[in-house]
Amino acid sequence: MATDQLTPTRSSGTAAPAPRTRWRIDARYQPVLGTVVVLAVMLAVGGSRYENFLTGRVMANVLINNSFLVVLAVGMTFVILTGGIDLSVGAVVALSGCISAWMFTHGWSAGITIPVCVLVGTLVGLVVGVMVHVFEIQPFIATLAAMFLARGLCYLVAPESIPITDPTIVKLSQTRWGTDDGLVITPSGVIALAVVAIAFVVLHYTRFGRTVYAIGGSEQSARLMGLPVARTKVLVYVISGTCAGLGGLLFAIFSRSGYSLTGVGMELDAIAAVVIGGTLLTGGSGFVLGSVLGVAVLGLIQTIITFQGTLSSWWTKIVIGALLLVFVVLQRLLVLRRR
Amino acid sequence: MTTSPTAIPPDQPDQPGEPDRPDARDREPVVAMTGITVTFPGVKALDGVDLRLFPGEVHALMGENGAGKSTLIKALTGVYAVDAGTIVVDGTARTFAGPAQAQAAGISTVYQEVNLCDNLSVAENVMLGHEVRRAGLVDFRGTRRAAREHLRALNLDIDPASTLSSHSLAVQQLVAICRAMVVDARVLILDEPTSSLDVDEVERLFAVVRDLRGRGVAILFVSHFLEQVYAISDRMTVLRNGTLVGEYRTADLPRVELVQKMIGRSLEVLEQLEEAPKRVAAERGVQPYVQALGLGRKGSIEPFDLDVYPGEVVGLAGLLGSGRTELARLLYGADRSDVGELRVEGQPTRLRTPRAALARRIVYSSESRKTEGIIGDLTVRENIVLGLQAERGWLRRIPQRKADEVVAQYVEQLGIRPADPDAIAGNLSGGNQQKVLLARWLATQPRLLLLDEPTRGIDVGAKAEIQRLVAELAEQGMAVVFISAELEEVLRLSHRIAVMRDRRKIGELVNGDDVTTDDVVDLIASGGQDA
Repeated sequence: MATDQLTPTRSSGTAAPAPRTRWRIDARYQPVLGTVVVLAVMLAVGGSRYENFLTGRVMANVLINNSFLVVLAVGMTFVILTGGIDLSVGAVVALSGCISAWMFTHGWSAGITIPVCVLVGTLVGLVVGVMVHVFEIQPFIATLAAMFLARGLCYLVAPESIPITDPTIVKLSQTRWGTDDGLVITPSGVIALAVVAIAFVVLHYTRFGRTVYAIGGSEQSARLMGLPVARTKVLVYVISGTCAGLGGLLFAIFSRSGYSLTGVGMELDAIAAVVIGGTLLTGGSGFVLGSVLGVAVLGLIQTIITFQGTLSSWWTKIVIGALLLVFVVLQRLLVLRRR
Repeated sequence: MTTSPTAIPPDQPDQPGEPDRPDARDREPVVAMTGITVTFPGVKALDGVDLRLFPGEVHALMGENGAGKSTLIKALTGVYAVDAGTIVVDGTARTFAGPAQAQAAGISTVYQEVNLCDNLSVAENVMLGHEVRRAGLVDFRGTRRAAREHLRALNLDIDPASTLSSHSLAVQQLVAICRAMVVDARVLILDEPTSSLDVDEVERLFAVVRDLRGRGVAILFVSHFLEQVYAISDRMTVLRNGTLVGEYRTADLPRVELVQKMIGRSLEVLEQLEEAPKRVAAERGVQPYVQALGLGRKGSIEPFDLDVYPGEVVGLAGLLGSGRTELARLLYGADRSDVGELRVEGQPTRLRTPRAALARRIVYSSESRKTEGIIGDLTVRENIVLGLQAERGWLRRIPQRKADEVVAQYVEQLGIRPADPDAIAGNLSGGNQQKVLLARWLATQPRLLLLDEPTRGIDVGAKAEIQRLVAELAEQGMAVVFISAELEEVLRLSHRIAVMRDRRKIGELVNGDDVTTDDVVDLIASGGQDA
């Protein structure tokens, strides 16, 4: 899977207008390249130290266990590319899961419940988008408010963990396609990959996507260029919210329950994945596929620590923290050098 | 390139049908603004201003800073709402709700600070919002090809695939113009496009502008650089203090007249004030307190030489935006020089920060009193001791008694009214605020005082007092650099006058009784070549 990921990154290189004649790599791809290097090092270290590490099963599990994070990171990429931030996604994951569990226990069918829990995220995103754009509230504060709101609503819907026994969800959580040697994929994994593919096309091949980059470059300029800044800014939060709603669904499938304490800090994992994936927090530079790589890095750290066996799982956080620091400093240096 | 600056014919020869009618193109202005009035809370920014733009003409909008040029442009492009007056585009009255609507009507603007996205490629910047699409998706190859064609149409050889940030500001400016033309602009507004370009880059820009003019585009050109205005424009509209002075053919309006129209001569009031303080010839032979040798900063001010002797007032004359403030900022370390040398008392010195200047007893009183000087929420006392405190370092408190002494001394000496150290500074009149500001710097006992527009916006009486004070300070041996838009004032106070234009020091006059404002105006207009 890791080698699969390297190819699309390169193809994104030819997709965006990149100078091919120059001998050095375009500055825009340098951060993503860093991510690829980190990933390669991790795979090499893991593969040399542990047997069975570089197997389809392990790699497939990285995707399957993190499919919800992939979806969140994709949504977060849109927001961060405009120079914003979305702190509400973790709480929206919980809210979406709680609402789905509540609806299932009250006899709603999956055909209604699934769209509803995705749309809950859309709605939260819309509210945030309107707050950010119309009332010009800092994205940090607007999404912080949305985070508390969504988290609070979770307790209203589901004070305790509600198990999900709906046959559709159960079936979704148990289905596995693939070969006997472990290279399998779940419906959640397929959904996550589909989201990545759609986001890739939207971000790189539509005017909306290019406007996202333009706003991240300079919102003032984008406005003076006559681009639809207002619509685009609201839409990125709607996209992020929708992705969070979908992520909640995937997490509900993964855990087969709805619980109000789900996804505490998950928004920070998503932000970490986006940043490690080479997207600048100041906006205007980064790629969806980079964020996928970022999630892969986070997933691999966890996997390596599991393989190691004796380390506490808190080491995951320590490594992520260190990595994040390194990446942010590197990004800063790149930006400074470009000036 | 094709037309020499002085030989712009009254009518362009590329209209063979009506070669002998001097006002042929006057029949059909593409934009006609009449009686435009724009008010901001408490201020009339524009009062009944007219502007006409004709196809195939470069129209210069002239006026000092604050004359209302930017406001007029923003009124045209829909950034500001118009309180009175009409805007007729192509014969129909229009009001635009914003730049996007104006653009749709064929009016594009290129701003002074390039408004493009430097994280994207040149092609994307040119085509953003107008990308070539196939089946709803952006076709990058096609977009690049289209961008290349648009760039070629302006004879620009820029790789569309390169990142915008990899190009100089000049090239970015050209890309911005190219972008403006993608939307088929018939009116192109260039707001100070040349302010950060060097001579060759300006020529390149002008080649493009002339080409567009040849294609029938109406161009509105705003610039402080007289040379450039005369080189490129066919017609000009002059504004002063938000009112219309007039519309002229560039060829019919000599520079001296233009400068006089821009400055206005309504300032004779002060002439009747008390007789100018006696100018004491500066003691020559002593060492200058500061000496600038080829000091300059790219994009801010060209290298200049300047000596300021103790006991001497050096006036900086020039239009607003001619580089006077920039010069002062270099002497104060608010901007860092990138070429040349600064000597303080003969010692080569690099002033990296205002603090370093302060340590050498150089102080600068800013022209924007409200935003960079007085802290309106603090009392007069607090405002005055700020400078002293900054000099001592924040950890060493000034004893209350000493502070009171200093404050009382300056309140009395400068005649600050009300003479109440506890009054809130923001409530004082402009003139008294200026005196508080002066007191703050005088309390640090400077050797060089840089005064930037100390008399702007204050009443005649306070003005006279401040002038008297400046003269006294110089008599006591302080070196003073005095910046003012009012030539009479500069002439009355200064021992020497450095004349600035287009961010360059173009000459120096030793002041004497025979030197008049006309000499200075002539020098500004001629650019120092024949002075």
